[in-house]
Amino acid sequence: MAAAGLVGVEEVCLVAMQQPIIKLENFSKTYHTGEVDVHAVRNVSLEVQPGEFVAIMGASGSGKSTMMNTIGCLDRPTSGRYLLDGVDVGQLSRDELADLRNQKIGFVFQGFNLLARTSAFENVELPMLYSRPGIRGREQQERAEKALDLVGLGDRLDHHPSQLSGGQQQRVAIARALVNQPKLLLADEPTGNLDTHTSIEIMGIFQDLNRRGMTVVMVTHELDIARYAMRTVVMRDGRIVSDQPVISRLNAVEELNELVRQQQAVQLAP
Amino acid sequence: MILLKTLKIAARALRRNTLRTLLTMLGIIFGVGAVIAMVSLGNGAKAQLEASIATLGQNVITVLSGTVSRGGFRMGFGSAGTLTQDDYEAIRKEIPGVNGVSPEVRNFAQLAAGNQNINSQIMGVGADYLEVRSWPCAVGESFSEADVRNAQKVALIGKTTAETLFGDEDPVGQIVRVKNAPFRIVGILSTKGTDMWGRDQDDVLLLPYTSAMKRLTGDTTFRSLMIQAVGPQVVNTLTNQITDLLRQRHKITAGRDDDFLVRTQRDITEFADAQARTTRELLFYVALISLIVGGIGVMNIMLVSVTERTREIGVRLAVGARSRDILLQFLTEAVTLSVAGGALGICFGVACSRLVTQQLGWPTLTSADSIILAFGVSAAIGIFFGFYPSLKASRLDPIDALRYE
Repeated sequence: MAAAGLVGVEEVCLVAMQQPIIKLENFSKTYHTGEVDVHAVRNVSLEVQPGEFVAIMGASGSGKSTMMNTIGCLDRPTSGRYLLDGVDVGQLSRDELADLRNQKIGFVFQGFNLLARTSAFENVELPMLYSRPGIRGREQQERAEKALDLVGLGDRLDHHPSQLSGGQQQRVAIARALVNQPKLLLADEPTGNLDTHTSIEIMGIFQDLNRRGMTVVMVTHELDIARYAMRTVVMRDGRIVSDQPVISRLNAVEELNELVRQQQAVQLAP
Repeated sequence: MILLKTLKIAARALRRNTLRTLLTMLGIIFGVGAVIAMVSLGNGAKAQLEASIATLGQNVITVLSGTVSRGGFRMGFGSAGTLTQDDYEAIRKEIPGVNGVSPEVRNFAQLAAGNQNINSQIMGVGADYLEVRSWPCAVGESFSEADVRNAQKVALIGKTTAETLFGDEDPVGQIVRVKNAPFRIVGILSTKGTDMWGRDQDDVLLLPYTSAMKRLTGDTTFRSLMIQAVGPQVVNTLTNQITDLLRQRHKITAGRDDDFLVRTQRDITEFADAQARTTRELLFYVALISLIVGGIGVMNIMLVSVTERTREIGVRLAVGARSRDILLQFLTEAVTLSVAGGALGICFGVACSRLVTQQLGWPTLTSADSIILAFGVSAAIGIFFGFYPSLKASRLDPIDALRYE
């Protein structure tokens, strides 16, 4: 990984236990579909400190996506409070939520969600178009290049998503998520569409970013992917059923080496 | 900067589906093109008409003799001889502010000179006629007051007639026979061009009205009188004075209709304008309908585009686009679409009017006004018909949009 230091990350490192970056207090989310009320998340409290790497796990329908949407400021709680970096999200307007997403959160999706027929560079520029106050064109360019450099795609600025592999597309998406120097990286099943090797590579990027102070929250249903995180939160039926640190944490660099060794062994075998 | 980016995004989105974009623009292209072409044609016709009205002369008032009914048929003005020699003299002497007066009698007759002959319009006029109509002689001089009084057999010849009868020869001093009466040509008229009805005004022979009435028509009254006012400001006063004088002379009591008709150039212009206005109104509605149809096309394609790009909208919202950003993005796209259509339409319209001028010889005049208006209207269409789809896009819920398959 080309490791040019990401501006603004260092300062986050120091504050281990002062203010949680994510603070859910008795958070509930209820959807009204027709006559039936669906309680997607019931009375959940959760704190994530700066610098953590949390994996949220659970079967589909467990409420993990709903929780992610709320954490990502795409939605507001039905009841309870959500404080993102000390800001009560429940009180904010649609536009204020948009600004908050723009400034504090980077999103990585399962399906990459890159704009088709648009270069990697322009995809990465996207969040900066909506920054308030605006960012000067020169700085936009520098930041986009830097972010792409950071995920190892400094030489593919002009490539369109269709010209990139799945792993490369996800890296562009990560660069896009990082370009506005967010406090929180949210990943929704980031390895869902990727093979094992590429998945470990992506986890490597996350671990690298986390080591440099970035808070990462990731939804996954793959157990071995969750083991790259520091802490796993398991959800079932809209409630948290387990919340514990990862005991035997995997290191992406070692795993990758191991995988390569195994593959070579298979090839060498007669 | 932001605007430029938005425009770039819009242009790219439209390029992504070139055929669809072109088909959508077609409605606007034809609408705008038709309007530009028709307005050009209308303007051309109007300019030509104005030019021919101007050939009447400056500040000219025309008095036409009244109508006559024969067996239930009402003939045109000028058919009944209500304007007499005395009327002519009275206007000349009693009304101030008159620069010149000339009676006019018209007929067609066979003209012959040498071995050539031609059927031309013969006009019997007074000595003031050329001045009234701002129609100087190219060669020679007009006949005099004395020539008129004595019914001299002198004539002024139009360019077209002269060329037909005499070819390259100089007609001045030659004899032209009108119904076997020999007239001596004293001058050649300068070129006048066509009149409002497209008739060649240079195919004419002018004679003193006295001679024309005595030897050719046998009339004792005039078809019309042409009066030139000293300036444009007195035209209306003169019109009223002439009307009063003639009513008085013709002993027309109050409440009864005039047996003559007084026309100023403005009346003629107004009449022509009224006709042009009707055409313009018709054109306006045709344009309106085609542009509405074009606009609906834009709206339709924008709705499709919004649906197609729901996920894109979701991503933009997720990374921090406000509703207004999305609204603006799609609105810009719609306006770009319609203005590009408008621009192509203008080119199409201008090309059409050029073609009409070239192939059919009709005059056309593309005004800057109509081009600016066409641009404005296309932009307005984009905003109006693009607004609803854009609003729809901007109101999408980010979660639903991201999840949209």
